[in-house]
Amino acid sequence: MTVERELFDYLLRLADSPLILAQRLGEWVGKAPAIEEDVALTNVGLDLLGQARLWFGHAGDVERRAGGPGRDEDQLAFLRDTREFRNLLLVEQPNGNFADTLARQFLFDRWHFLVLRALTASRDARIGEIAAKAVKEVAYHRQRSADWVIRLGDGTELSHTRMQAAIDRLWTFTGEMFAVDAVELALIDAGIAADVRALEAPWRDEVATVLGEATLAVPASTHMQGRGGRGGKQGHHGEAFGHLLAEMQFLQRAYPGARW
Amino acid sequence: MVTPEQQAVAAAAEAAAGDLPRPDADAIWRVLATVPDPEVPVVSVVELGMIRAIGWEGDEPATLVVRVTPTYSGCPATEAIAEDIRAALGRLGVARVRVDIVLAPAWTTDWIGEAAREKLRAFGIAPPAAARIDVSGISPLRRPADAVACPRCGSTSTVRVSQFGSTACKAQYRCQGCREPFDYFKPH
Repeated sequence: MTVERELFDYLLRLADSPLILAQRLGEWVGKAPAIEEDVALTNVGLDLLGQARLWFGHAGDVERRAGGPGRDEDQLAFLRDTREFRNLLLVEQPNGNFADTLARQFLFDRWHFLVLRALTASRDARIGEIAAKAVKEVAYHRQRSADWVIRLGDGTELSHTRMQAAIDRLWTFTGEMFAVDAVELALIDAGIAADVRALEAPWRDEVATVLGEATLAVPASTHMQGRGGRGGKQGHHGEAFGHLLAEMQFLQRAYPGARW
Repeated sequence: MVTPEQQAVAAAAEAAAGDLPRPDADAIWRVLATVPDPEVPVVSVVELGMIRAIGWEGDEPATLVVRVTPTYSGCPATEAIAEDIRAALGRLGVARVRVDIVLAPAWTTDWIGEAAREKLRAFGIAPPAAARIDVSGISPLRRPADAVACPRCGSTSTVRVSQFGSTACKAQYRCQGCREPFDYFKPH
């Protein structure tokens, strides 16, 4: 069975989430509450951007192998339109306040780490190599975001309120992280993709443990966006996403082929 | 003053003038050992463990293939390092060089030797205090920072200011003894 088409789509899912989150983190440059946090936010963004580049490189190779154009990282990042992006809805959510940004990072990091660790055993050797490198970087990301969730949750009344509100608001975007569709099912069967269905329970355990330590409540809502095969992974995005692409892609759209 | 690089070039030129058609592996490693990390110039890319292998490929004139592994996925120095490697080998007379970026096995600070750790310390960067980061389980909450000795005064009374610092590979610490801030090379 050939799964090249599904593999290309899956690699875009792996690449687009870190790319879009890196873009969001980059919006904090010069605006973070403290210089150390400015540096930390953008360091995390830089790691994620580097990971996205590795996934795009592999995606381009797979596309070429399948007889397609074999687009490079710049073409994939800057010249696709909204519906062609495969990132999670969670990562495209606007930065909001510092608690919103760290809550988004926390919910993503815990998922990202589990996915990457599972992918180190992928039957696609290149996926395994990239995941083995990235998981070490994400180990530091998840430590930091959990530290902040605890510090703000178990902090002042104001920081607690804001962190709880952020977790509550973002919760609805976490469901699609554990939903599979035909693309992922085919690749799970082939031993290539991570079976995210098996990661939901450990993710919930970890999140509940950290939220408990932070004196925050696990949201009770079970309403999840994009869970029925019509979410970010299938190219359905929210209103804010178009604005993000407009800023990220402006240069290549206005001056096609421009290089540094 | 004769720099290590000039010495290496001279040695290689001597070797090339003899029976050897191309610089031997020792000469190549000596030249590579003069290529500094652009962001931590006190140590070389060899000392950081970034050069995984070298080898010749194809018939004469053969191409020298240098296998390089990046430290962090997003490290912006990777491209500069590849350029610096080509330039250094060019000065050794090796014109055909290909730098292959390899990811596996993933780079780890465990590959930084004792001598390089001392150089980092002397430069004001505390070397990794622990072995490579553990990715096997969930991380403990309210995890205490690594016990890092201040590279200036040696005090172990230090606090972590931020897990992320001036480059991807470093955290920011502050010494409670001499009150100075310093960089800490994170275990990876």
